[in-house]
Amino acid sequence: MSQSLALPRDLEAFVRRDDAGRGRLELLVTGARCAGCINKIEKAVGALPGVDGARLNLTTGKLAVDLDGKTATPERVLETVEELGYRACLFDPGEAAAAQDREGRELAMALGVAGFGTGNVMMFTVPAWAGLFGQELTPTTLTVMYWMAAIVATPCALFAGRPFFRSAWASLKRGKANMDVPISIGVILTLIVSFSETLLHGRHAYFDAAVTLLFLLLIGRYLDHRLRANARSAARDLLALQTPVAVRLTEDGERGVPVAEVKVGDRLVVAPGDRIPVDGVVESGLSELDNALITGETALVPVTTGASLHAGALNLSGRLVMRATARTEDSTLAAIARLMEAGAQARSSYVRLADKAAALYVPVVHTAAALTFVGGWALGLGPREALLRAAAVLIVTCPCALGLAVPAVQIAASGRLFRKGVLVKSGAALERLAEVDHVVFDKTGVLTEGRPALIDAPAHLIAMAAPLARASRHPLARALAAEAGAGPVASDCRETAGQGVEGLIDGRRARLGRAAFVGVSGGDARETELWFGFDGEVKIRFVFEDRPRADAGQTIAALRQMGLSVEILSGDLAGPVRDIARQIGVTDWKAGLTPFEKAAIIDRLKIEGHRILMVGDGLNDAAALAKAHASMAPGAAVDAAQTAADLVFTGEELGVVVEAIRTARESRRRALENFGFSALYNLVATPAAMAGLINPFIAALAMSGSSIIVLLNAARPSMRRLRP
Amino acid sequence: MNIVLFLAPASIGLGALGLLAFFWTMRSGQYDDPKGDAERILYDHLDEAPPADRE
Repeated sequence: MSQSLALPRDLEAFVRRDDAGRGRLELLVTGARCAGCINKIEKAVGALPGVDGARLNLTTGKLAVDLDGKTATPERVLETVEELGYRACLFDPGEAAAAQDREGRELAMALGVAGFGTGNVMMFTVPAWAGLFGQELTPTTLTVMYWMAAIVATPCALFAGRPFFRSAWASLKRGKANMDVPISIGVILTLIVSFSETLLHGRHAYFDAAVTLLFLLLIGRYLDHRLRANARSAARDLLALQTPVAVRLTEDGERGVPVAEVKVGDRLVVAPGDRIPVDGVVESGLSELDNALITGETALVPVTTGASLHAGALNLSGRLVMRATARTEDSTLAAIARLMEAGAQARSSYVRLADKAAALYVPVVHTAAALTFVGGWALGLGPREALLRAAAVLIVTCPCALGLAVPAVQIAASGRLFRKGVLVKSGAALERLAEVDHVVFDKTGVLTEGRPALIDAPAHLIAMAAPLARASRHPLARALAAEAGAGPVASDCRETAGQGVEGLIDGRRARLGRAAFVGVSGGDARETELWFGFDGEVKIRFVFEDRPRADAGQTIAALRQMGLSVEILSGDLAGPVRDIARQIGVTDWKAGLTPFEKAAIIDRLKIEGHRILMVGDGLNDAAALAKAHASMAPGAAVDAAQTAADLVFTGEELGVVVEAIRTARESRRRALENFGFSALYNLVATPAAMAGLINPFIAALAMSGSSIIVLLNAARPSMRRLRP
Repeated sequence: MNIVLFLAPASIGLGALGLLAFFWTMRSGQYDDPKGDAERILYDHLDEAPPADRE
């Protein structure tokens, strides 16, 4: 990452300037943890010429820098932070983030107002309740109490209810009724009935119910918002860390441009460690490519002038100059992106648990209320009493518990997963994950560590080659050096891109690299290998292999135990896939698949009635990830895969997949428990309200009681966890 | 009864004051960085002003 940041890019695009030329720059800083970090970063950046001030937000990791005029460049700020030892990247603050923030702020304000109203209205309704139980309260005092309650509750309810009114109105305009329609009708009808009761000196005014109801609902709404906002900003940060920039070569030199602006025929420079930005051919340079993320192949591919390049491949050893043969929209990437879009559309039609409940609940409640009114009137109650009972039905059935049932559970679950290093992008993702019955794994980078490791080499041979390996930046040489540990480094080293490294070990000339470079003819191109030898002596061969993750076998066994079937779909050659499958105990595997074949297999499994969890990290998995019922990607995956996946896990352990499914299933069970409880409560409360047995005190008690029980059930630690 | 007519508005007024204070803390960005604020208190010079006042 730091390599790509060191490239000469045009960073002015990230600065937002006002008319006076003053600018604001935002960076995402990782690694800052304490007051000392804040102090160091703010001091160093603030001291730069042309910087007006800098402020680090430790919670979000954003460093906001105010620039005074043009003297300070974004590059300078970036370098300063990196020199202090923190990783930083520029952040493009989108419009969406600001809108998100506004929504959260509005909900918090509504929640505050509703809380104020709920607390203060009690001052007047508690004496009124006392009157209901035969305490000394004259009718005049009761009316005065109700008027005061009205003065507090009405403005609060109208203000706090705005998010619901707006959403209900929008839904009605589209000819549908969501959960907010009965809520809005309930609140407004309650206020109207309460006013008429107070005017007529009646005893049943529900001012407190109207505002308490909104308060409880807003808690659920706010939790849901926080869950979505947190997940979204974390996902955005992940993507910001890998902003796609290509380096275009022109007569004036090299210049960073957004990948989307690359045109056919452009000459581009790809430094070692960077990804190929678009499809193209090599004009000059010599290097090796790692195609693992595009095709799943683990063997490195040597390229030289005239070789064709696929977007997304990782350039390993040499600097390449390439000519673009396709724009981003026409490249292999774009075809995959179109498949992803189709998958995402299919997924957005998924009906969430809460919506399913609402679809059932809304008509039932409205029919019950209408029946109460019509029936009551017909049975000779009189319109006033009938309306009162209908309002009571709406109040006691108002879906506080229902509105809290899902978000409260999901925020607890996603918090638990976050602490384990799993990022959940949405609540719907958790619901889908709970339903999976078949798990499809990609091999490279998911079941395996995704980087070569040395196999079966005697320690003395490793030690012999290690001094040269330590001098090289090639991944294979680094794997060799890692195996050898710390030690001496060869002198007079010279690295030939795409070939190998040459240097002096104890005064003797030696080479480490490809077979031809070291002086061996042939070699098995199918295997990942490295040759080593002193001048004129016997050459030694080192073989590398992508090792399975330490807990891969255990994870597969655990998934089986949970009743899930497991399959491997890989783009790699049959040999390595078979080996890995045998090692970790998977019998079902397919190798040599293109991205399109992977997606097609997912489609076929779906038609057969399977609910699939896809776990993948490459570009070749992106379409399959988007099409599967639920999907997970490791944090090291390409951005397309992370975008397509519902959950992203960081860390080395594959076991989190099991943990995520368990947590999802458990939170689904909790949510259903909550729904069951709400249904039970409504089953008792609705007939009582219809019969006119509900008074304002009972309504308030039942409403808050049911919500609190739902919240407690969500927060209750799991029974499984309590067991040893 | 008369005392209620005096006390009730007084207590609502106090409640409203609290609500206004909440609005103010919200608007001035005091919930934007809870983790950072907890750390900033350790250095005197770090927090001359909350972020909103600087803009």
